[in-house]
Amino acid sequence: MRMLFAALLFLVSAATFAAPAPGTLADPAQETRARTLQKELRCMVCQGESIDESNAPLAADLRALIRAHIRAGESDDRIKQFLVARYGDVILMQPPFDADTYALWLTPFLVLISAAGVAIWVVARAARKPRGVA
Amino acid sequence: MTGEIGLLALCLAFALAGVQAIAGLAGTRPAASLARNVASSSAFGLFVFIGLSFGALTYASVTDDFSILNVANNSHTLKPLIYKISGVWGNHEGSMMLWVLVLAVYSAAVAWSKGGSERLTSGALGVQGLIAAAFILFILFTSNPFIRLDPAPFEGAGLNPLLQDPGLAMHPPMLYAGYVGLSAAFSFAAAALIAKERDWARAARPFMLAAWIALTLGIALGSWWAYYDLGWGGFWFWDPVENASLMPWLIATALLHSALATERTGAFRAWSLLLAIAGFSLSLIGTFLVRSGVLSSVHSFASDPTRGLYILVLIFVAIGGALALFAWRAPELEEGAHFEIVSRETTLLINNVFLVTALAVVFLGTIYPLISQALGTPLSVGAPYFQIFFMPLFLALLVIVPFGPRLAWQKGDLRAAAHALTPAFGVAILAVVLVLTFTSPRTLAGTLAFGIAAWLIVASGLDIYRLNWRAVRVGAFASSLAHAGLAVTLMGIAGTTLWKSEGLEVLKFGESMYVGGYTLRLDGVRGVQGPNYQAARADVTVLSNGRVIAVMHPERRIFPAERQETVQTAIRTTILSDLYLALGDRRDDTHWTVRAYVNPLAPFIWLGAVIMALGGLASLAGRLRRPRAVPDGVAAPAE
Repeated sequence: MRMLFAALLFLVSAATFAAPAPGTLADPAQETRARTLQKELRCMVCQGESIDESNAPLAADLRALIRAHIRAGESDDRIKQFLVARYGDVILMQPPFDADTYALWLTPFLVLISAAGVAIWVVARAARKPRGVA
Repeated sequence: MTGEIGLLALCLAFALAGVQAIAGLAGTRPAASLARNVASSSAFGLFVFIGLSFGALTYASVTDDFSILNVANNSHTLKPLIYKISGVWGNHEGSMMLWVLVLAVYSAAVAWSKGGSERLTSGALGVQGLIAAAFILFILFTSNPFIRLDPAPFEGAGLNPLLQDPGLAMHPPMLYAGYVGLSAAFSFAAAALIAKERDWARAARPFMLAAWIALTLGIALGSWWAYYDLGWGGFWFWDPVENASLMPWLIATALLHSALATERTGAFRAWSLLLAIAGFSLSLIGTFLVRSGVLSSVHSFASDPTRGLYILVLIFVAIGGALALFAWRAPELEEGAHFEIVSRETTLLINNVFLVTALAVVFLGTIYPLISQALGTPLSVGAPYFQIFFMPLFLALLVIVPFGPRLAWQKGDLRAAAHALTPAFGVAILAVVLVLTFTSPRTLAGTLAFGIAAWLIVASGLDIYRLNWRAVRVGAFASSLAHAGLAVTLMGIAGTTLWKSEGLEVLKFGESMYVGGYTLRLDGVRGVQGPNYQAARADVTVLSNGRVIAVMHPERRIFPAERQETVQTAIRTTILSDLYLALGDRRDDTHWTVRAYVNPLAPFIWLGAVIMALGGLASLAGRLRRPRAVPDGVAAPAE
């Protein structure tokens, strides 16, 4: 039993749940930048998780990559541009605002404005209607 | 034999559902009282046979009958009894069985209910029968849970360990009770259109309430499970599958408010009908998204294109048919009602404007990645998108909420309402000052959230305090309670999001880490044998100000039968704050990764949901005790 357990423990470290490598940056400001960036980037092989939260190996690699770029003195935007060039917009947790996403970003405003418009029309009509119909 | 009995019962249930559909719809004609009797008897019969069929499947699972393919694929002799029962709906076929079981329960409840005219109830039974027949047919043709396996294996394949959890055992039945409860509201709406029956909202209200309570609790359970089971301290991912359950909730909430006006003064009649149709439509779309394999997650048990296609056709027929019926008949039912600009109706309308916009945000954010994928420019819509819109929408909505119950129907007095709310405003300002003084980081959103939560809680408290307890209307108490619950949830979300502290470190045995004022010492990790898993259990000593306050045991569990591993978090709560530990991976014999979070106010999130559900229950209890409400009155008190 003990042997089996040891073998299984080995599996744990080896297989699916690979390291969320905590290799932190020495400079706390840089580390904060890394953590913020991690939260804005999606784990490409997971469901809706950022690479900050994910246990997937790919996420761990990206965390290390981000730190390497920060150490090299690159700005947050440069790092994001680099990753978008490599993986596409799909890596961003928050989609960009461009021709592909106008509908995504603007529709909620349209819905709010039209719903408010309809509501105002309904209230105006109801206020004009004679009492006692209900 | 069990499997054959179950299958036979299911076939008979299909026949009964057909009878219920035809008789129920025929019963909408005034003279057809025989058809109405047939429809309600069929509904009770449907419940009995679906119950028998579901019971047969449960029996097979509990007795480890591996000659049934579904049981062999999803169960295991070593699995604890509770998971043998909950495992029945922990797979595609069984979960569809649960779906129709819940539907049959609601159908029987519709047949039993006395809230509507005979013609209306009969029509609702007819529509329920149609839905039941369509879903039973779906099960029989694409998802038969009673298929035999020959030769039967000696051992089953086991259940996904993530699903072997008490929270998750209850999550699907709750959520289905919500989804399917909306089918009852949908059926009443469709019946109102078919039978040209104006007075439908009162009959449908208990079902809307039941659905809303169940959705609230179901979503809360799912979120609580995500919190303690996934091991990174989050409570809501904005995962498409979560969104699929949030959308019906938003609609159900809008419907509860709109239908209140419809019932009382006849306002928004067509709009409430449309919301009832939309609510169930979104439940169906949710089922499609989850079951078809369009989305892959712990929720999608199997991706079989035939199933997706069948549900898609079902959605088009149900939504298309209902909308066509609506377009044809709704203008005849809508008569409009008088109300002033300052009136409770207006506040309910504002509520609906915000909720519909929130719904549009969730809907867009959920389907946009699918569309962009299809168009060849894949992109992600993650939590930030939803948060950007949800925060202002809900904060604005919650500012309005306390005014609603204080304004009378048709003509309210804004000055009096504002005067009565002065204490709440004062406390809100005080809350803002306190948050700004004593917390960091200072953020506008966080400050506003606590100010508005205080505003809402004090306003609700005042409502309850000022109730005349001798002539108390349950509805007024219920809505105040539900609104206060929402404020509690808001505080939980704001507190956790703003003031979370976290730490992630590799610790050698004996070493400590420091998170949110606590010292956490990893004493060791040992092997533990569970009923159907092996665990690595850590001993973490928690110190605060140099004193030992607890020893916590986060675990990682390995399920050999299923070849899967799960994280078992350890949470120590003081209600005001959670200390949350998850054991990470093993580095070597004496080094393990430990994740720790301090989540201030986290329990408030679910506490608030429970309070909301209690508010709903109070309202439902009031309805059931007194099914015929008082006659319509302009000055009727709050509900």
